[in-house]
Amino acid sequence: MNPSLIIDAAFLAAAFLFIYGLKRMSSPVTAASGIRVAGLGMLVAVLASFLYVFGVSEAARPHLTVNVILGAVALVLGLGWAWTSGKKVEMTAMPQMVALYNGMGGGAAAAIGAVELFRSSAEHSTIPLVVTIIGSLIGAISLSGSLIAWAKLDGRINGVWRVTGLQVINGTFFFATLALGLYIALVADGHAPVWMTAAFFVLALIFGVLMTMPIGGADMPVVISLYNAFTGLAVGFEGFVLGNPALMIAGMVVGSAGTLLTLLMAKAMNRSVSNVIFSNFGAAGDEQQGEIKGSMKPVDAGDAGINMRYASKVIIAPGYGLAVAQAQHKLFEFVKLIQEQGVEVKFAIHPVAGRMPGHMNVLLAEAGVPYDIIYDMEDINGEFKEADVAIVIGANDTVNPAARTNKSSPIYGMPILNVDQAKQVYVVKRGQGKGYSGVENELFFADNTNMVYGDAQKVMVQMIQAVKGLDGGGH
Amino acid sequence: MLTGFIALYIFMLAAFTGYEIIGRVPSILHTPLMSGSNFVHGIVVVGALFALLNATSVVEQVIGFLGVLLGAGNAAGGYVVTERMLEMFKPSDKKKG
Repeated sequence: MNPSLIIDAAFLAAAFLFIYGLKRMSSPVTAASGIRVAGLGMLVAVLASFLYVFGVSEAARPHLTVNVILGAVALVLGLGWAWTSGKKVEMTAMPQMVALYNGMGGGAAAAIGAVELFRSSAEHSTIPLVVTIIGSLIGAISLSGSLIAWAKLDGRINGVWRVTGLQVINGTFFFATLALGLYIALVADGHAPVWMTAAFFVLALIFGVLMTMPIGGADMPVVISLYNAFTGLAVGFEGFVLGNPALMIAGMVVGSAGTLLTLLMAKAMNRSVSNVIFSNFGAAGDEQQGEIKGSMKPVDAGDAGINMRYASKVIIAPGYGLAVAQAQHKLFEFVKLIQEQGVEVKFAIHPVAGRMPGHMNVLLAEAGVPYDIIYDMEDINGEFKEADVAIVIGANDTVNPAARTNKSSPIYGMPILNVDQAKQVYVVKRGQGKGYSGVENELFFADNTNMVYGDAQKVMVQMIQAVKGLDGGGH
Repeated sequence: MLTGFIALYIFMLAAFTGYEIIGRVPSILHTPLMSGSNFVHGIVVVGALFALLNATSVVEQVIGFLGVLLGAGNAAGGYVVTERMLEMFKPSDKKKG
């Protein structure tokens, strides 16, 4: 049988399995099987691609043995490293790992473009050349940008790096890179000197760094999602250059899905994507914070726990601090304890709780919390009025009423969880510090709020002991 | 090589498909889906493999090798991470102990 026919059939099957797998991933019930379906598609495509050895160009034939060995070694190394690192990464560190893997994909797309451009022998026509350049540009930006995003989320680069006039510098850089790329494609017809092609890639990589450095950590999820869409587009474009429909379809599906996902995430934070990329969050409004009336009232963790045991409805608003303290498991133990006493417990998840939309759901799922007692913000915000107790654990900006009322606040306009409407609010917090955005939180000073100071995990243990002691003593 | 318009048709239909798949997804699945779509563009490893197998010079071999290495990392890492996340989604009735 003709090898190229097998390859084509395998790619068709892979494209179908990718789309079907993604579709299954879009519902919680079928999601786990969805990734396996997509994984099967990948396996089929990669195995079939080894049949390429039967169809290599005349010029490459003498190098075939070396190339096959190189390919196998690269596959094993890349696969082995990523498999082990992906297996052992903590769930809290998931966003930066996604950024890292995504950057690698962008780099691979740029590498395909580079091989095409450095192949001086090949005959190039204009449209594929322009597409190669654009795909390489996007891929290279995604590579270096994702690496910066990874380093920032992983705490390897701290703070925000800004110089005045950065937007002008970035704009100049971008258009210079684009102009050089178009020169290579249109004027030099793909036969540009090697140094020029190399310079194009270096410029593109530097631009990715410049574009990402000024963006603060809180905005990184949107940026990672954007680079995910970028990589998809780059893969789609390079797929066109190679005449490979599987790459085109998979790349473009991810490109459009990723773009939509980016817009949804930005919307959840009440900001536009351009606002995330071009403005400096938290830079304004620091000076003009009004005085907040009232005082913070601490309460003992055990008392708070007992109070919840006798409540009829408790809503929990978890934040990233919960995951950092690794307190999800103890929290769920406490929840099961008071559920047995007939207390109705619900989890309220802000769209940007954690470090990515949906990240908190993953962290709670890790502790075994069933997803049907976890509610999205818009579904549960009306219920806080009826709740006896709302408990905020390791969250801050997502429950700050200033977002509703204080126009000078940098988080003004961001939708928040209405925890302040519950009869009693407990805030579990390590100390008296401010949130990720650096804004003071009025909620902590409200009359119906009590602060439970301490490490979230220890606090949960104290609550469990207090409730257990209560019921044990009664018999 | 695909002709220009056929390629545009493929791009257009694929873009719609991606949009429709994500359009009605509950936000609890945004992170796994981002990770899942991150895995799907790991198919780039196939293109990189093609480029490497057709390499004729050392420069092409080095870049092609890097491309396959990075692409394989994207695909494998994306798969493992997504599977681990999705494994955790369980409804109440399957509660253990």
